Amino acid sequence: MKKIFAVVLLVVLMASLFTGCSNSDQVVLNVYNWGDYIDEDIFQQFEEETGIKINYETYATNEEMYTKINKGGTQYDIAIPSEYMIEKMIKEDLLEPIDLTKIPNYANIDDQFKNLSFDPNNQYSVPYFWGTVGIIYNTNLIDGPIDSWDVLWDEQYARQFTMVDSQRDSIMVALKKLGYSMNTKNLDELEEAKQALIEQKPLVLAYVGDNVKDMLISEEASMAVVWSGEASAVIQEYDYFEYALPKEGSNMWFDNIVIPKGAKNIDAAHQFIDFLSRGDIGFLNADYVGYATCNIETMKLIDPALIGTTYAYPDKNLLENFEIFQDPGDFIVEYDRIWTELKAK
Amino acid sequence: MLKKLASGPYLFWIAMFIIVPILMILFFSMVTVESDGSYTFTVSNYVRAFDPIYVTVLLRSLKIAVQATLICLVLGYPMAMILAKMDPRYRTTAVMLFVVPMWMNFLLRTYAWMTILGKNGVLNGILSFFGLPQMTFLYSEGAVLLGMVYNFLPFMVLPIYTVLMKMDKSLIEAAEDLGGNKKTVFTKVVLPLSLPGILSGVSMVFMPAVSTFVISNLLYGGQYMLVGNLIEQQFLVVNDWHFGSAVAMILMLLILVSMAVMNKLGGSGVEEKGVNLW
Repeated sequence: MKKIFAVVLLVVLMASLFTGCSNSDQVVLNVYNWGDYIDEDIFQQFEEETGIKINYETYATNEEMYTKINKGGTQYDIAIPSEYMIEKMIKEDLLEPIDLTKIPNYANIDDQFKNLSFDPNNQYSVPYFWGTVGIIYNTNLIDGPIDSWDVLWDEQYARQFTMVDSQRDSIMVALKKLGYSMNTKNLDELEEAKQALIEQKPLVLAYVGDNVKDMLISEEASMAVVWSGEASAVIQEYDYFEYALPKEGSNMWFDNIVIPKGAKNIDAAHQFIDFLSRGDIGFLNADYVGYATCNIETMKLIDPALIGTTYAYPDKNLLENFEIFQDPGDFIVEYDRIWTELKAK
Repeated sequence: MLKKLASGPYLFWIAMFIIVPILMILFFSMVTVESDGSYTFTVSNYVRAFDPIYVTVLLRSLKIAVQATLICLVLGYPMAMILAKMDPRYRTTAVMLFVVPMWMNFLLRTYAWMTILGKNGVLNGILSFFGLPQMTFLYSEGAVLLGMVYNFLPFMVLPIYTVLMKMDKSLIEAAEDLGGNKKTVFTKVVLPLSLPGILSGVSMVFMPAVSTFVISNLLYGGQYMLVGNLIEQQFLVVNDWHFGSAVAMILMLLILVSMAVMNKLGGSGVEEKGVNLW
């Protein structure tokens, strides 16, 4: 009996030596991305062209991604966070620098998206998509003019709309409605925003994440605060939806590709970033996810009808009061507290 | 020797995946991180958990979990009796029918309820077919309660059913021979003998009900915070593992206390007779 046990133990030990290095010549790139934020068919193409296999995982919020990478134990080679999260991750030394000379297609990126304040020399990130946060509504069910955040506090739309289940975006809505900056560090302003959100809570149908599109299409909700790409995906299928950019301003955001610290396949990650920055691949992704591309070559391929729409490539003057999120640093605990207290009410 | 060797993997399993994590949660709940990355011991996480806002969340969770447990008991006990008394030819099929839904993923079943309860869902479809006005079912406390009862009902029925099945029929016959009417036989013989099943059913429904966060998230659209949601939020959204751990410890303590109280109620024999599926 003991002998058998010893043999089994030996086999297990031997086997464990080989796990992890099976098929050792094939590089596997671990990609960590937002859900529904890439055309997964391109992985096949990438593998055919480079021999690198993609292992794909998704997250629902920047915070979720940050927690996972920050707490360690993961080895993602690619992630696609938003600007304020990139700023935070640079500060906390969680990103590998990117060697732009290894990314010839970086030349395809529109200059207006390069060297933004959160990553001044694009040392750590390469632009992927950009967009806005606004209100999508079903014109069959909502007739009033929708052009302001105030409608989300209007009794007549009670229990017909959804908010985003993301603390910074929902607090942003309240701050902007009140006329404050969404990057405020003024506690009184934040307190006012919290009160506004508490006051609004009974009117909200639900705080939702990725399933907002289904809710709109099934008419569960007739209006929703969404990211522009979600609006674009819905509107291109159902033309009775419209997307409004609130006049008080809103969030204009950028999602860039980064290489998290601890990545094992830095060269392959550069190859993948270059691949994503190619005009034709950018088009496949833009066509699939519906967000606005930062790529000049992709712009040449997209449907010209999209130019000038509120949800894809809006007119510049509509974006006057729009702001870009900044990393609040340690002040984030105040946002955390407000969000927890609001949800607990 | 062999016995010891054989228990090794289990002991290792328990230590690695139960004891160590609990100790880690305990540790996290009692410290805060200073700006230089060092830990200091503090009770502030626990003090914060007793802020009225969070006490409300805890009470709300307890209330809905108790409600779900009671409904499960009221629905589940007669069901278990029906199953136990059924003709053996059909019984296996009936029990199977009860268990089959549990083969499906819990999340999928809850999502299915969203389709049934939705504004343009199945239920409202039936209402409008009969010319009745549409009603709001989804995103309400009732929907959460329904989700809990639906998901946890088998955990109530199965242990009670097992106890009823194992019950010595001659005791019931004896009671009847001694002139007990149906009601007396039930209250004096069947009910007391099935107590162990009830107790394990109650704890198996109460525990997941008090700590769930998925059901409340899906069926109340993220507006209804239960203790489970609070803990989930602290870990995944706001990244405050210390406060989250403190709340988790309080919840664990609460469950332990309620289990102890129930064991006390059930008398000493419960442990051996109780049927545990977990």
